[in-house]
Amino acid sequence: MARLIVEHPGLGVSIQDSGRTGYRKLGVPVSGALDQRFRLAANLLAGAPEQAAVLEILLAAPVFRVEQGPLRLGLAGAISGVLFREGDEKKVESWRGLLLHEGDRLALKLLRAPGYIGFSGGLDASVRLGSRSTYARAGLGGALAVRDLLTCASAQGEDIAAPPLCAGEGPLRFIPGPQVDHFSPETFEAFTTARWTARPESDRMGLRLVGPRLACRKSANIVSDGVTPGAIQVPGDGQPIVLRADGQTSGGYAKIGCIISADLDRLAHVLPGEEVRFRAVDATEAARARAERRDGFEKWRQALVPIGFDEKKLWSENLIGGAIFGE
Amino acid sequence: MSPVLLPLGDEAATLRFGEAIDLALNARAHAFCAALESARPAGLREWAPAFSSVTLWYDPDALSFDELNALCLRLASTPNFSRAGVVHELPFCAEEEFAPDLFDVAARNGMTPRDWLDAFSKVNFDVYMLGFLPGFAYLGGLPNFLDAPRLATPRKIVPERSVAIADGMCAAYPFASPGGWRLVGRTPLQMFDAGAKTPTRLAPGDRVRWRPIALDEFLELEAQWRG
Repeated sequence: MARLIVEHPGLGVSIQDSGRTGYRKLGVPVSGALDQRFRLAANLLAGAPEQAAVLEILLAAPVFRVEQGPLRLGLAGAISGVLFREGDEKKVESWRGLLLHEGDRLALKLLRAPGYIGFSGGLDASVRLGSRSTYARAGLGGALAVRDLLTCASAQGEDIAAPPLCAGEGPLRFIPGPQVDHFSPETFEAFTTARWTARPESDRMGLRLVGPRLACRKSANIVSDGVTPGAIQVPGDGQPIVLRADGQTSGGYAKIGCIISADLDRLAHVLPGEEVRFRAVDATEAARARAERRDGFEKWRQALVPIGFDEKKLWSENLIGGAIFGE
Repeated sequence: MSPVLLPLGDEAATLRFGEAIDLALNARAHAFCAALESARPAGLREWAPAFSSVTLWYDPDALSFDELNALCLRLASTPNFSRAGVVHELPFCAEEEFAPDLFDVAARNGMTPRDWLDAFSKVNFDVYMLGFLPGFAYLGGLPNFLDAPRLATPRKIVPERSVAIADGMCAAYPFASPGGWRLVGRTPLQMFDAGAKTPTRLAPGDRVRWRPIALDEFLELEAQWRG
């Protein structure tokens, strides 16, 4: 086993895996990483199983010291950092595995949310209701604290790297329903043509938007029914809320639609003040989008290359376009 | 009325039996879940009953929406769900600090807080569904003469284990959370325990009566599980 000590916990940092399924009937949200592709990438870079838990960083990245090594971290997302080793310091960029040894100190910086850190063999954390994902509201998991000890499997060998995964662009695609009939065709049109701005109160529960007021034909309140990440709720104030991984399991607001599964990861990348648009699609287009997402990730996986022990060599051969070691 | 399957994105759908808070519709939703439990169709990942609907999560590459629809209509014809759940008598304390809305709720119904509490503690509630928060049970059956609408502006934080009412319903918030229901007391009991074999105290089909207790007993009961 290898161990890291948390010297600084960062902010908005939580342990997340592929999610907690099977307990929605008890009111337990699915949770899990907001961007599952990035989580998977962090695991592959670290040499961890696909389903393993990672650290998700939404506001500020943590600082670690390796108490017992060697171990490997996998950095995915816009993260940079400084590695302090035996009196030396070296700048570290993301989208690579990083073998760390006893005594190493790693100060990471989040350049843009979300960022993910994978751990060799997977980050060890207790399984609650079938998952290691944090859902703080119900005391499942919790925030990192100074002097916390993180454990994972030991690692060795060469680090690997790949070009950054794209967050995706264009309007977020959704399937209309289940209460799309609560909105007039004009309101629906307004929803799909407007530019919506993310509000600062957005969090892991939901992306809160501001834009033109969407009027409901009937009451905005419905008899509560099931909701899921991606569901676009329109409360009485006409300002939509798109649920994210920690979103509640049932809700009493009319839903104009629900984001397709291929675009759920993209919800994680809409930061406060940024704009999004929405486009209605059907089941056929959703199926095509799922296939494209799978193929896109498979291509990324095939682009993984060893970056060797000699980083100077990597520079001279310019194996990966300088995307890995910046400056 | 025959149920309708409505898409909730491309990996979930809601089977709607009706659009009312009604024991007969609720029974159909739970009967359908029992049928799913025995059929366990391939491609279906999870399901959760609500008041008058059931939401299903599925793998759309293994089971198409049309196939899911056919499956639902076949299973939805299974009729019976018996509300033969457990009958709970749950303690709650209406100390002023636990019940900031009690005076207002009573006054809206032309009652003193004491009369309102007396009447409230005689109501037999039915558990319709769990949702919103882990272990949050929606209890139906609050009569009109005790009722009040949701707050116009929800509270940012409702303290954990608050007993609240709104729009003909009652619930105990298992955890601190934002919420718009009116707070009339607090229960000393833990409503959700992730470590327990059955994490939730209440299940659909159960019945609940609230038993008023004094602060002494509240603190004693709370200490029992808090240790």
